[in-house]
Parts: sequence; C-alpha cells; structure tokens
Amino acid sequence: MKTQGLFSRTMLAFGFVFLYVPIISMIVYSFNDSRSVTVWNSVTSPTLKWYGRLFGDDQILSAAWLSIKVAAMSASGAVVLGTLAGLVLSRFGPFKGRALLQGLTTAPLVMPEVITGLSMLLLFVSLEQLLRAAFGWQFDRGVTTITIAHITFTMAYVTVVVQSRLASFDDSLEEAALDLGARPARVFFRITVPLILPAILSGWLLAFTLSWDDLVVTQFVSGPGSNTLPMVIFSRVRLGVSPVVNALASLMVLVVALGVILSAVLMRRQEQRRKREEQMAAAG
Amino acid sequence: MKLSVARTATRDAPGRLGPLWTFLFRYGPPRWTEYVLRNWSGQRLVIGVPYLWLLLFFLVPFLIVLKISFAEFSPLGRPPYEPVFRWLEEGAVQVKLLIGSYVYLLNEPLYVSSWLYSIKVAFFSTIFCLMLGYPMAYAIARSSPTYRNVFLMLIILPFWTSFLLRVYAWIGLLKNDGVINNMLMAVGVIDEPIAMMNTSFAVYIGIVYSYLPFMILPLYSNLEKHDLTLLEAASDLGAGPVKAFMRITLPQSMPGIVAGSLLVFIPAVGEYVIPSLLGSSDQLMIARLLSDEFFLNRDWPKASAVAIAMLLLLVVPIMIFQRFQNKELEAQKR
Repeated sequence: MKTQGLFSRTMLAFGFVFLYVPIISMIVYSFNDSRSVTVWNSVTSPTLKWYGRLFGDDQILSAAWLSIKVAAMSASGAVVLGTLAGLVLSRFGPFKGRALLQGLTTAPLVMPEVITGLSMLLLFVSLEQLLRAAFGWQFDRGVTTITIAHITFTMAYVTVVVQSRLASFDDSLEEAALDLGARPARVFFRITVPLILPAILSGWLLAFTLSWDDLVVTQFVSGPGSNTLPMVIFSRVRLGVSPVVNALASLMVLVVALGVILSAVLMRRQEQRRKREEQMAAAG
Repeated sequence: MKLSVARTATRDAPGRLGPLWTFLFRYGPPRWTEYVLRNWSGQRLVIGVPYLWLLLFFLVPFLIVLKISFAEFSPLGRPPYEPVFRWLEEGAVQVKLLIGSYVYLLNEPLYVSSWLYSIKVAFFSTIFCLMLGYPMAYAIARSSPTYRNVFLMLIILPFWTSFLLRVYAWIGLLKNDGVINNMLMAVGVIDEPIAMMNTSFAVYIGIVYSYLPFMILPLYSNLEKHDLTLLEAASDLGAGPVKAFMRITLPQSMPGIVAGSLLVFIPAVGEYVIPSLLGSSDQLMIARLLSDEFFLNRDWPKASAVAIAMLLLLVVPIMIFQRFQNKELEAQKR
C-alpha cells in the first residue's frame, strides 16, 4: 500500500501542476508591459496597462454585457425547465414516454456541440420559413435564438443535478403534506423546493457558466450584430495572443476563485452549525 | 339555451384548479378549453412543459438535420438546398431523397482521414486522461477529509473558469517564443525552439487539460464509496498491494472508469475549439470539416450528413453513457 499511495500522490501533485501552470502563467503575463505576451519586460513590469485597455475596450465590454444577459436568462429558463424535468423523472413514477424524456435530458450532456449547434440553426431556419409562409412574420436570429439554444443544452445539467438531489431523500415529507390535504402545487413550493434549493442554486450557476462560456452553439445560432464574449475572444485569439485577453482571463479567474472559496466557506460554516445543533440536541 | 345548460353542468368539473381557471372556463371559448381542463390535470401539465420543449428544440432539430442530409445542394438557393418534400398539384407528395452527400463522405479521402484522426485523437486523449485522472482520483479519495475538500475544490475550480480561455492559456506556453521554449533555452537544454503549437501534441495537451475534471469526478465518486476492509482482508490473506489493487479496487471502479471515459471520448470526437486554436491546419478534425462545409461552402446537405454520420458513430457510446447515468441515479435512491 505504501508505494501505491506514493505513486498516486505524486500523480496528484503532477496533475495539479498541469492544471494550474497555464492559468498562473496567463495571469503573470497579464501584468507584463511588453506587447509580445511571452517575453517578460523586467524594466517596466509589472503594470496594470492591459487592465486599463480592457476597460476602454468597447467591443469586449458590450460583448460581456450581452453574454451576462444571455447567461442570466438562459440559466433562469433552464432552472425552471430542468427542475420540472428532474421532478417528473424522479417523482412521477412510470408514465408513457418516460424513457424518451430521460434520454432527451441526458443526451445533451455528451452531444458534440457542433451537432447541437447545427441542428438548432436548421430548426430556426425552418421555423423562419414556416412563420413567414403562414403568418408573414419575420424574425431575426440573435439574442432570442441564442437564449433558446442555451436553455436547451443547459437544462440537461440542471435536470441531472436536481434529479440526483431528489433521489437522495425519499418522498415521505411530500406524502405527509399531501395526506394532510395540501394541493400538489403547494406541496411543491412549500416542501420540495426548499429541500432542493441547493441543487437549484448550483444548477443555476452551472447553467450560467456553461452559457457564458459557450462558443460553438452560439456561433451557429447567433445573428449579425449579436456577438457574445466568447465569440469576440475567439476571433481575437485566432489572430494571435493578446495581453488584453490575458487581463480579461485573469479577472474571470479571480471572480470564479472568490466565488468558489466563498461558497466553500459558507457551506463549511453551515455544516459546523448543523453539527453543533445536533450535539446540543443530543446533550439537552 | 340548450348549450348554456350543458355548460353549467360541466362548469364545476375543473373547480380544483382554482378560481382563475373557473373564470376562464366560464367565459372562454367552450370546446377545447373544456377538453384541456378535464383531461389535463396539473401533473400532465408539469410533464408536458419540459417534454414539449425538448421535443421541439432537441428532437425535431435532429429530424430536420436528417431531412436536409438527403436534400440536393443548390449553391445559389436561399436556403441552399432543394426541398425534399414537394406538394404536387394532384395532392400527392413528391419525396426526393439523395444519398449523394453520404457517398461523398465515404469516398472523399479528406473526410476519411479526418474521421480516423478524430477517433484516434479522442481515443488516446481518453487513455491519457485515464492514466493521469485515475491516480489523482485515487489519491483524493484516500486522503483525509480536510484535504479532500480542498483537492476537490482545486479540481472543480478550473472547470468554472472559461474553457476557451484555458485553451488560450496554452498558446502562451506552447508557442515557439512561448514560456516553455524560452525556459528550456534559458536552461540550455535546447538551442532551437521545439515546434509544439499547431501540432497533434498540442491538441492532445489541450483535450486532456480541458476534459481531465470530467474524468476525475466520476472516478472520485466511485472510489470514495469503496469498502476498504476488503483490501485489509486481501492483505491478511497474503495478497500484495498490486494484486489487491488489480483484483479488488480496479474491478470495483469499472463503472467510474466507463462513465469518465465516455464523458471524455464522446465530446472529444466532436471537439472544435481546441484543434482550431492549437492544432495544425493540415490535419483537421471532423467538427471543423462540418463547420467549414456549413459556413464556408454553404453546403448544408453535406454538413448535415456529417452530423448524422457523427451521431451514428456516437450513438452506441451515448446509449452506454445513459444506461450508466440511470444506474447511478437508481443506486442513489437505495
């Protein structure tokens, strides 16, 4: 056992180096004065020059704002639909078409993005033709189509998170409430939702991140003039490295790290409080 | 008058849906609302909403892709393909299915080679992820609870940051005048920079780097549940650590290995961003061909045929993944 533990621990250390060296190097070079990202200019560095440029870059700022809007809308839509799907799959027992629904909710998790993107775009094109032929309606691809596409592939993640949370406790509380005469909708909002709230919140955050980060599906379904942040970054990065992108990436890592650490601390505090209460209950 | 009597008789039927529905029912258009309210309990509505969404925005799109993959390419059309179904004057439907796009996929050397390349890259990336991810997951699962949470957080943290930017970070490291080459030259290991950007090596690095958390997390959640007394028993009975691992830990962790590998392999076959940023333009992966066919050549039928072929290739792994996913959920219930 000793040698095995040593081997796996070495691999763990190596793995963390592998995971974090690129991120750290990206952050370090965001403070570099030289335009060429990789040659450290030790005379004038570190500098906040690129951060200044970033906040003067209207293209990036407006794309970021659009991405935030799209991600917030998609995450909210995905949470509603995903929670319903998770509830149906774990609480409604067998019904006609349950297997298909299960398949439809897990398939987007692994579906290659180009396929999802292409199929969504072709759907929107067909809808466009149909609506024009039937009602004379005209709609342009843009924020709406991006949001619909993002809801569709992110709701799968919410469903999985909610479903596994619902599977972790039985439905005795819900049944008790039903026995006491509460209507199903009331049971859902008063009992089920508070119980699965952590799953709903993490599902929302997950959906937000995935939508905020998505490039491929968005490229397919977006229209002219609706460039999200990943699209702008991708087009810049294809032309070569740019220190402004480094600065942007560093800020994003900072926000994510703060968020993850904060949530870990909060969770730990809650856990400790729960333990203390249990102890007090046991003592008293 | 007769009609109003009939309406009063059914008026109270949907009463438990609340006053709003009763109101709508009383004053709304009679026939179909009556039907909907009587037959659609709240439960059906709850099932119906996500179901309809997924049917409309996930299943129907695939049927459209399937249809267009059999259409004829018309470069100047808007949209650029001939209709598959056409209404004839006598009320009949003309159906025109062409398998030209599929035949092309099988015969064009560029396509065949990029298929093989995509599968090769996805396969070996999965192996590399497993080789690195398994020991990592093992070490995390066997560490003390305090460290365990920190380690898990460190695994998940990159996952929350932008995927695109994490791939971008490698450009700065792998370039000819990048960090790695500069360091190696400064130390004196090499005199000339090693070309690492725009090679298969860079694509492997990028895929392993991006998908590693997807391998580690299912493996961890499997390894964490193992009963360690089995290993003690094995060692009491005289099995060495290697034998105990091969006979006990490894077989038990198969579900985790399969789940993690599929989570890496399936998306890696269709990976677009990583090869576009890090790979060479001589050897394209299949997703890039699809996107070029669609955006550059505007050949929608061919792009659709590529998508369908990719789906056919991945349908078996996807089904296996779904079965594992369901089993996992069932196991949680117990």
